[in-house]
Amino acid sequence: MAREPLVGRSVPRVEDERLLRGNGRYVDDIAPAGCLEAAFLRSPHAHARIKAIDVSLARLMPGVHAIFTGADLHGQVEPMVFQIAKIVPPPVRESTGAWSRVHPMAALPTERATWVGQPLAVVIADDRYRAEDALELIELELEPLPAVVDPLDALAPGAPLLEPEWESNLALHYRFSNGDVDAVFDSAAVVVEEQFRSHRHIASPIETRGVVAQPDPYDGRLLVWSSTQTPHQLRDFLAGALRRSPETLHVRAPDVGGGFGPKGAIYPEELVISYVASALNTPVKWIEDRSEHFLATTHGREQVHTIALAADADGRFLALRDQITHNCGAFNILGLVVPYNSLTHLVGMYAIPAVDVEMRAVVTNTGVTAPYRGAGRPEAVFAMERIVDRVARRLGIDPGELRERNAIPPSALPYETGMIYRDGTRQVYDSGDYPELLRQARRLVSDEDWEARAGAGREVGIGYAAYVEGTGVGPFESASAQVIAGARVRVAVGSASQGQGHRTTLGQIAADALGVPLEAIEVVGGDTNAIATGFGTLASRSLVVGGNAVAKACAELRAQVVEAAAGLGFEVGADDPLPLGPMAALTPFNPGRPAGAPAVLRAQAEYYPGPVTYAAGVHAAVVAVDPRTGEVEILRYAIAHDCGRAVNPQIADGQVIGGTMQGIGGALFEELVYDDEGQLRTASFMDYLLPTASEMPEFRTAHVDVVSPLNPLGVKGLGEGGAIGPMAALANAVEGALAGHGVVVRSCPLTPDRVRALVRATEPPVPTAQETT
Amino acid sequence: MKPAQFAYHAPTRLEELLQLLADGAGEARVLAGGQSLVPMMNFRLATPETLVDLRRVQALRELSVRAADGALLVGAGVTQARLLREPAVQAGFPLLAAGVAHVGHPQIRSRGTVCGSLAHSDPTAELPALALAHDARMTIARAPRRREFPPGSTNRTQPWNSQSERRELAADDFLVSYYETAVEPGELLEQVAFPPLPDGAGWSFRELARRHGDFALAGAIAVVAPGRHARLVLFGVGDRARRIASVEELLLRAPAADAVPGDAAALLEQIRTQVPALVAAAVNPSGDVHASADYRRELAGTLAVTAIAEALERAR
Repeated sequence: MAREPLVGRSVPRVEDERLLRGNGRYVDDIAPAGCLEAAFLRSPHAHARIKAIDVSLARLMPGVHAIFTGADLHGQVEPMVFQIAKIVPPPVRESTGAWSRVHPMAALPTERATWVGQPLAVVIADDRYRAEDALELIELELEPLPAVVDPLDALAPGAPLLEPEWESNLALHYRFSNGDVDAVFDSAAVVVEEQFRSHRHIASPIETRGVVAQPDPYDGRLLVWSSTQTPHQLRDFLAGALRRSPETLHVRAPDVGGGFGPKGAIYPEELVISYVASALNTPVKWIEDRSEHFLATTHGREQVHTIALAADADGRFLALRDQITHNCGAFNILGLVVPYNSLTHLVGMYAIPAVDVEMRAVVTNTGVTAPYRGAGRPEAVFAMERIVDRVARRLGIDPGELRERNAIPPSALPYETGMIYRDGTRQVYDSGDYPELLRQARRLVSDEDWEARAGAGREVGIGYAAYVEGTGVGPFESASAQVIAGARVRVAVGSASQGQGHRTTLGQIAADALGVPLEAIEVVGGDTNAIATGFGTLASRSLVVGGNAVAKACAELRAQVVEAAAGLGFEVGADDPLPLGPMAALTPFNPGRPAGAPAVLRAQAEYYPGPVTYAAGVHAAVVAVDPRTGEVEILRYAIAHDCGRAVNPQIADGQVIGGTMQGIGGALFEELVYDDEGQLRTASFMDYLLPTASEMPEFRTAHVDVVSPLNPLGVKGLGEGGAIGPMAALANAVEGALAGHGVVVRSCPLTPDRVRALVRATEPPVPTAQETT
Repeated sequence: MKPAQFAYHAPTRLEELLQLLADGAGEARVLAGGQSLVPMMNFRLATPETLVDLRRVQALRELSVRAADGALLVGAGVTQARLLREPAVQAGFPLLAAGVAHVGHPQIRSRGTVCGSLAHSDPTAELPALALAHDARMTIARAPRRREFPPGSTNRTQPWNSQSERRELAADDFLVSYYETAVEPGELLEQVAFPPLPDGAGWSFRELARRHGDFALAGAIAVVAPGRHARLVLFGVGDRARRIASVEELLLRAPAADAVPGDAAALLEQIRTQVPALVAAAVNPSGDVHASADYRRELAGTLAVTAIAEALERAR
């Protein structure tokens, strides 16, 4: 184009004015006339036999329209079968022997409840207040059964079984082995082994889940509004479970206040509310409250790694061994997705000749886990980057220097790891400059006297976390572009926004491909009627897969418009802006319309990506730790990042810093704690602490963007990257700060109590009547 | 997360408010800022039959310095934000200003009231501890006891303007235990009076919270005029904020800072070596998801030492 391209420029987000003026429309803003409201009765036990659910008294309450239990739904809706959990691509099976199994989840169970918070019944009432009043009158008779909470306990002989049809709680297994790991470990100069735990936390989008189901008596269709990342998947799932044709379902995700992965899953409440609205033939709304969210929206991150790294005397990594135990929660709903990501992102940017990784994913009487921003990567990177620091400390080599020694050089790219990616293709790092990422991250934290800034009494530590991230996974994404009235183009996408700014970034891509100003573009999504097929917004894929679909559809539309313009007497050169105004002449109601001219200018495209493209990053955290109180302060948090071609650098930085902030939450504040009976002890924001603006540290970023050779736009995904590094970087920093005390950080969050306990364990015992400071 | 049904009243006159509380027969709760009560109602941990909102009662908005003794008078309707904005507080009550700044965030302080926090008596809250450190006095009001009407009497109207009953308590008598004060059903904490700190006293407010604005894992307030006056108040480490008598006695025995050169250093050393054990013996923290009891006990000692040292510094 003759004009300056929009891609690469930080144009202001077009969605912000509407949102900041309070004109966002979320599921709870959808209020059809006569809409009833639902409240769910949830299991108070982690594992229990359902003896009876007596709703007779509750049903008599004024304002209560109906109550449904599992018995009422039995035979009316199909059990929820998570087909994706069974997918093991043949190359993955050949490479690792992977298998995965899943037991069906009743939308409302009739026999057993298997986690605290599992929905058991639903009350439909005039409003949520009355529905909650009625919940208190339901008589629930449960016989508690032994529960298992810890993933290692779940594998012990005699552990309570989640699924009695199975002989154990093992839901998924694989083992990848490459090279003679045992021999290398036997002869290596240095071997370090540790057990690291990635703890359970929850994404906590500002908007909880919600569903409004609205039957249309005119055409018999059911309109389902849901705060989901995947409206098309939800439509097809509901069609199967409700035994309806997908064409009779219209799923819309309006403004969504954050997704982060959990809203990419399909939930019992979506099925129940859709069924209930159909059965009662009236609109029904359910808005999840925060208490429900903690119990019933998917959790993430819980893995135990027993990891060992062998190196030579110069610190060259020789072999890696890791046994991973992954907690699926009560159901293995997504199979390989998270556990297998942990394998393919464990080794990261290092060249390690011999690798042996075994995964055991187990079901337990806890909330279901699913992808959460990073999806198996932060867990693996925590274990890997911790063990790298342990090796560095053993050898007395600076952790940054040790990483540079082992980083794959740009000259070795494309680099084949020997692993098979989750999509069945060979894992190849396509592009990047890992040593430069490390250098930039180190540079960003080397310009200040941190000891002076920390002040007396506090110890300073710098911690790194390096990672790569496969982004832009298939199978496809779709986009359409159509010339509409007012010299505008409407672009519809299958991957809608949950706050990422797609209207802006996809608009920039569309405007460049068409040769029109950004103001001429309108991006719509989250609507199965706006575009018939789509996959969804998840897994750092929208820009790579959806963005290239938009570019493709818009290039085709440009060709159509150029041809139509020629028919109207306008010559448009290859670099010329595209004239949309004259297209108004094509309306069928124009008497002067050229004969045979098209009445519709519309293009549709699907983009089918090849193997994933690799984003990468190095985080560097500088902390000050008070060993007397265990308080950790982040003095600076630096990020060197490679997101390929940045479409909108400001939005890219926002994504990276936002993800990092979410990761910092997990590293310092957030933890879902179950007690031994499977009761969630952290089911409110009083007990589960999110970082706030006050906890934002000083950030520095550097871009080491290497354009991806794998897609026409040259982009890489960046939605998750920021969240991958903080647990490892901050744990490394805190351990580094307390190196003089000889502590080992094996888990997060690094609360004052936990950090102080690490220090205290290294101090001589203090007699009670003596000095304690 | 919706409250159970309740009746709501928002009277404009104090006497009417007190009568509504009296009529509530223990099932009525005062609504001030609602920063603790409303979440508890939404969780259905509290299910009052009646809420009596005091925010329209002009008489409860008093915030002034009493001429007679210089005490700061804070009515039940005064928000924490208003307290912080008050120039007389910033100028004359620096400890109060420093401590209240740790209460939640601006959004919370703009609704939360000083008296509401005191009456809620959360053991980890700042205001009860500040009240102890300031030797604050609480005024508790109630409607006049209802006369017994003889059967068959036709005149059952209770005149609003009959004299309300009042009693005054020291902060230490006002605070009872976890979420419990001396306020009886039907009563209102009408006002709190914070006397100024003694002349020449140094002060310090120290707390450690997991995040800015959270309830403290533990906190310490020290007010010291060496040899003359000593307060050490700890909060978050027991059923309520408490003064630590053993440490106060130690501080009262201490010489004035300017008495003999070298005494100050000796005093600090004595504090460092003795206070943690005295504190550990005096507090009774419990553990939760945020921190263990042992951690809180140790932290209380650490904060106490820091606070006393800072107060002594300021006393010079």
